[in-house]
Amino acid sequence: MARVVVLGAGVSGHTASTFLRHWLGKEHEVVVVTPNSKWNWIPSNIWVGCGEMSKEEVVFELAPVYEKAGIDYRQAKAVSIHPEGGENEDKPYVTIEYTGQGKEGQTETVTYDYLINATGPKLNFDATPGLGNGKGGLGDYTVSVCTADHAEHANEELQKLISQMKAGQKKKIVVGTGHGMCTCQGAAFEYIFNIDFELNKAGVRDMAEITWISNESFLGDFGIGGLHLKRGGYAASSRLFAESLYAEKGIPWVIGAHVNKVEEGKLSYEQLDGTEGELEFDFAMLIPPFAGVGLKAYDKKGEDITGKLFAPNGFLKVDADYTAKPYEEWKASDWPRTYQNPDYSNIFAVGIAFAPPHLISKPMKSPKGTPINPTPPRTGMPSGIIGKTVAMSIRDMIEKGADKPTHHASMAEMGAACVASAGKHLTQGMAAALTVYPVVPDFEKYPGIGRDLDYTFGEIGLAGHWIKHILHHMFLYKAKLKPGWTLIPE
Amino acid sequence: MEHIEKNIKPYEPNFTTMVPTNIVRFFRTCVIWQFIRFIIINIKMLAVVRKSHH
Repeated sequence: MARVVVLGAGVSGHTASTFLRHWLGKEHEVVVVTPNSKWNWIPSNIWVGCGEMSKEEVVFELAPVYEKAGIDYRQAKAVSIHPEGGENEDKPYVTIEYTGQGKEGQTETVTYDYLINATGPKLNFDATPGLGNGKGGLGDYTVSVCTADHAEHANEELQKLISQMKAGQKKKIVVGTGHGMCTCQGAAFEYIFNIDFELNKAGVRDMAEITWISNESFLGDFGIGGLHLKRGGYAASSRLFAESLYAEKGIPWVIGAHVNKVEEGKLSYEQLDGTEGELEFDFAMLIPPFAGVGLKAYDKKGEDITGKLFAPNGFLKVDADYTAKPYEEWKASDWPRTYQNPDYSNIFAVGIAFAPPHLISKPMKSPKGTPINPTPPRTGMPSGIIGKTVAMSIRDMIEKGADKPTHHASMAEMGAACVASAGKHLTQGMAAALTVYPVVPDFEKYPGIGRDLDYTFGEIGLAGHWIKHILHHMFLYKAKLKPGWTLIPE
Repeated sequence: MEHIEKNIKPYEPNFTTMVPTNIVRFFRTCVIWQFIRFIIINIKMLAVVRKSHH
């Protein structure tokens, strides 16, 4: 009998645990440890944040789904990993602290044969003074769409703002990234265009000044160094694609910006060219930077080995090439393929929890030395594929006795489909439908632009909105393990 | 072209980018054309999904 413990139930962890449970015989155990009682289809938080969906439409209770599947579900947060066991335990184990199931605050140890770390990110609001509340949570001055609860709060504030605009008050809105090292620009990109759409629908667009602020060195970088698309006989940069949309909608932009302080109604920033400035706002949605969740690791003697298992940013080391080298020497082969920890072969990290070898966008600094560049996104389709790939390898290690991972899913050999909403409406809605192949550019295989132009495309229109709507229902259906769920691709 | 006249200002950053004309904007919400694009985009996305699973 083998026990697989999965830490986290986001896109990647949920995919890995549900497929493992589906494939492995009943003699094997699958345990999921996650502090949340609900699963959240995060892409649709954007629509919650502008009042087009309720919070209940983007979440569901995990317990009944896991009970039906035969997954041992513990509503708890992982505290530490003991990959060599401990003084009183020969098997490797994790310590967990319950956050629900009537055992709040209780701790226990859970032994494992295989461990998948899918803890996702810590939303590091406190990295920017004023963006956080000093206790790890969202501060008082801005809103967020990172969780369903945050998105619900964002909509409450947005609706107040719209009422005030209807009463004749002019308002300033700022949307973007709240720190120089943020990722997830796409979420902010979606939110700003949905706000524009909602204000037009409410007839108050002329009452609002909307501004975009981002750490991208050019619009359309998206943390993946931008991309090129075939458009009108040209290989056009995503910069043109993005700038065109902002210009069309009358939204000015501030880019290459590190937001270094947020106060009531005002934020301060520093830019790559050394410029310092301030933006006033009545409503601001700023994405926080991500960090690892703060898991600790100990060896058999109880010595702290956190630095051996995790990178300094708190993400778990896997089979990537972590050698520090300049941008010009980066290679597609630096990126992990199996997501197996190099020191402990029964530990894997998937989704946002694995440590990337380096940025995807080119590293940049301001004249003061402040790093201002997007960090690598690892959400959505790549997370799902990585979760399933690791599950396939663990299945083969358990059932076929494979001594090493049997499947691979490098982000440098994988594409991603992305649909960024720009307004929710059956006939007037819009979205940017994009694919990129591969996610991490491979300049050896595709010199110049790093990607295959035949598989990298994008366009804006109603079709993208329909696809986004279908994806919402399709992935919630899949996550609820309804009949035929295994047929829906990641 | 009201959106261009209203939003673009000489020598502002948005002066140097391309901005869609009315015909492009019309086709973005033209149901018949978008249904055709819906089919094509889905086929393209499935090709990327297929190429990404090893």
